[in-house]
Amino acid sequence: MSETAEHTDHHIDVKQFHPRAQAAIQNPKIRKNFRSAMDGLMSKRKAAFEGWDLETLRDLGANIRMRALANLPDLLEQLEKKLTENGVKVHWAVDGDEACRIVRDICKARDAKTVIKGKSMVSEEMELNHYLQEQDIEALESDLGEYIVQLADETPSHIIMPAIHKNTGEISQLLHDKTGTDLSNDVEYLTASARLQLREKFMNADVGVSGVNFAVAETGTLCLVENEGNGRMTTTVPPCHIAVTGIEKVVPTMEDLTGLLALLTRSATGQHITTYFNMISGPRKAEELDGPEEVHLVLVDNGRSSIYQDDELLDTLRCIRCGACMNHCPVYTRVGGHAYGTTYPGPIGKILMPHLIGLDEGRHLPTASSLCGACGEVCPVKIPIPDLLVRLRQESVDGDKLHPAKVRGHGAKRSTMEAMIWKGWAWMHASPGFYRFGTGAASKLRALQPASAGAWTDYRTAPKLAAKTLHQRMKERGQ
Amino acid sequence: MSSRETILQRLRNRTGGELTVPECDFSVLQRPDWSTAERVDRFERMIESVHGEVHRCTDDNWMNRLAEILATRGARNLLVAKTHEISQSLRNAGRNDLPELLIYDEPVHSWKGHLFNEVDASITSTRGGIAETGSLILWPTVDEPRLMSLVPPVHIAILKASELYTTFHEAMKAQNWSAGMPTNALLISGPSKTADIEQTLAYGVHGPKELIVLVIE
Amino acid sequence: MVDTIRVYPSKPAKVYFYGTCLVDMFYPDAGIAGVELLEREGIEVLFPQNQTCCGQPAYTSGYHDQARSVAKAQLDLFPGDWPIVVPSGSCGGMMRKHYPALFKDTTDEVKAAGIAGRVWELTDFLLNVCHIKLDDLGEPTTVAMHTSCSARREMGVAEVGPKLLGQLKNVNLVEQIRPEECCGFGGTFAVRHPEISGAMVSEKVDTLVEAGTKEFVTTDCGCLMNIAGYAEKNQKPLEGQHILSFLWARTQDKGGQQS
Repeated sequence: MSETAEHTDHHIDVKQFHPRAQAAIQNPKIRKNFRSAMDGLMSKRKAAFEGWDLETLRDLGANIRMRALANLPDLLEQLEKKLTENGVKVHWAVDGDEACRIVRDICKARDAKTVIKGKSMVSEEMELNHYLQEQDIEALESDLGEYIVQLADETPSHIIMPAIHKNTGEISQLLHDKTGTDLSNDVEYLTASARLQLREKFMNADVGVSGVNFAVAETGTLCLVENEGNGRMTTTVPPCHIAVTGIEKVVPTMEDLTGLLALLTRSATGQHITTYFNMISGPRKAEELDGPEEVHLVLVDNGRSSIYQDDELLDTLRCIRCGACMNHCPVYTRVGGHAYGTTYPGPIGKILMPHLIGLDEGRHLPTASSLCGACGEVCPVKIPIPDLLVRLRQESVDGDKLHPAKVRGHGAKRSTMEAMIWKGWAWMHASPGFYRFGTGAASKLRALQPASAGAWTDYRTAPKLAAKTLHQRMKERGQ
Repeated sequence: MSSRETILQRLRNRTGGELTVPECDFSVLQRPDWSTAERVDRFERMIESVHGEVHRCTDDNWMNRLAEILATRGARNLLVAKTHEISQSLRNAGRNDLPELLIYDEPVHSWKGHLFNEVDASITSTRGGIAETGSLILWPTVDEPRLMSLVPPVHIAILKASELYTTFHEAMKAQNWSAGMPTNALLISGPSKTADIEQTLAYGVHGPKELIVLVIE
Repeated sequence: MVDTIRVYPSKPAKVYFYGTCLVDMFYPDAGIAGVELLEREGIEVLFPQNQTCCGQPAYTSGYHDQARSVAKAQLDLFPGDWPIVVPSGSCGGMMRKHYPALFKDTTDEVKAAGIAGRVWELTDFLLNVCHIKLDDLGEPTTVAMHTSCSARREMGVAEVGPKLLGQLKNVNLVEQIRPEECCGFGGTFAVRHPEISGAMVSEKVDTLVEAGTKEFVTTDCGCLMNIAGYAEKNQKPLEGQHILSFLWARTQDKGGQQS
């Protein structure tokens, strides 16, 4: 643990969700950047699925993922066996720290000084960049969005579009300040300048680190979905490639890719397919002229095997990281990705992060939802996100010792006062006589109804009690 | 206990109930059996929609078209495979309207700088294409290494119309991918691009700025 | 989330009316309008006086034991085999979708499932079971429709409101942009995260006003008190009412007497 003490200093206090959300809401630039970006992504997704039997396709996606999860340990062993046969070295890490150390050891063994990175949310989870920096290994992001975020010393605000919180002007200023690029609103120019800088890095990097979208057990194939070509560069140019992935990413067959890929890119960015779909099954063979000499896969657990224990929460692991839930989330759209203070923001973050950081740390996450259901409606693998939010709310207020804790920080949000209020509420509503008496009395005394009702009336007028309840009026009608 | 065993044991001894293994019905991915002409049309439309170019050619005229394409772009050179028939025919054509032909016949570390900085265009074969999404299937080989289709700013690919499948699913089944994959395989569906700056598309961010497909009909 | 197949029953002689607590205390006119509409369709309305609340507030807050005890008190209200109609997508969704889960592995499992299968959102019932035909007697007007998220996604009745309003010849129905976006109510969400909820409802009110209407109707009283309450507090030119109140009022003579 001492090795990573500094590394944890970088953590954002997840509990400070409210002040961050409030600040974002009051920031017109953030509001506008996210609103226009999310509107665009929603309409592109809709267009991309036109002509598809989307429900049946989503059923297929859900079934593929459920089938994989049902055989998870066997599939991981099969994947390891196949990859090993193909010449890939497979490593296992129970948490992010161990995964970081594995990457470091591979780098040290090669005397590597520079790492170029493709996009990987698991490496964000591990906070790999900061860890490697502490080990005097330069880790440079090569996905343009990740590169921008890294230059700004920020974290991604969206899992697919990391720099979506910034507009062109802000990015131009950043590139100017950090790399000397001329100020410009010409996106092509800015992109070209980043290309030049990163090409040098690709050529000279000792190690490439990438994520994995899908790992196929039957052939031992690691798949990467990307548009820029930085994923290909990262996994092809440096002499050593390290892929890091969550243990849930494995699927049994190549055929499974067809269903998941059809869903992933359309759900994420409204593309029928991305520019590149990479399938990596091993290091370069002796007679080949390029490709990495060494390929490693780091399988990261980091809380996933705990989620796997529970029949309901398990559905969280179906996720293919498309980001459609955040694109369609009215809360995410208002507060942006950084307000959450977590690696994965938005609806998927709200159901995934509590397992990774505990319900005590992530106490505000499950409640920060109106349960509108937009996330569940668009999820390509039909994760019942609203139901899982309710389940996690239950876990966080549950004080009953009879219920076994399924999530770290179980009961962390329980307050005696709140529990008593709900008990009182339940008693009144389970007693029809008292209910009728209470509501009837409230109606009679409605002139005394206070105009202020806490946080509700900060934004709205209070609803007005009717002169007579429906019960009373129906009774008068003889019903 | 190793981390491997710890993780596998936790997964094997899960506390929940028996997990059901659902059937996966892939028929939703099926498309009508398009004719070759329909497949080429669709392929062309999809590639063009993502800023790629499709040129319909024949065995007899593709080299003319290639020469025009390279001349228009002022390409100084063209990277070709060592032994592939495309490379052979180009080298044997003895044409003076083609730029210098560079042959990828040495390990990349011995000429990385040159490859990254001096090569203007490359030409590769494909293992077919996918009409529905406008995708090329490439399995880089010893003869046609990975970086050929990635590093030069212009990538030209030859696709035989007869090798155009309707869907990814169909292509994968027909080529029996589940029997084993090469060290590296990929689908390419346009030039390299990004929308990471305010969702504005820009091409050629890391890979080729241009993807040009010569469809041999 | 929405059941893929819903088989509508033929029009029954009677229904149970489950008023919901918000209608009971704040919007009883909407409840009465629903009752009148049903009666005009020739259906006898049974109103169990022992009804209180479906239990949803506790359920979505994570207090499932409390939700269950309240929900359990509702299970014996509907002894006959008649459909149960609810003037709310949200409470309807709770009863139809979540009761089976809430009572799973309890002695009330079968009873809860039986009730869930009989629950109908009231406008859906009027349109698709009663095949109601509305004769518009009102002055020309323009309204927008806000379908609640639970009516849309749990009950799957997003098409119903516009179809009913479409029967009213003097009503110009305008579409807001992002009609499917949540208004920000979300029960306790509105008070736990007031700043986020406030941002959502402010944009919802703006989009409704921009759609060119001063009046909106909705399937759910939660949305109604949120949207109309925001408009009132912030002096936005927008008023709202429950769709049932609107439908009933439009199909009345000025004197309020039906023919």
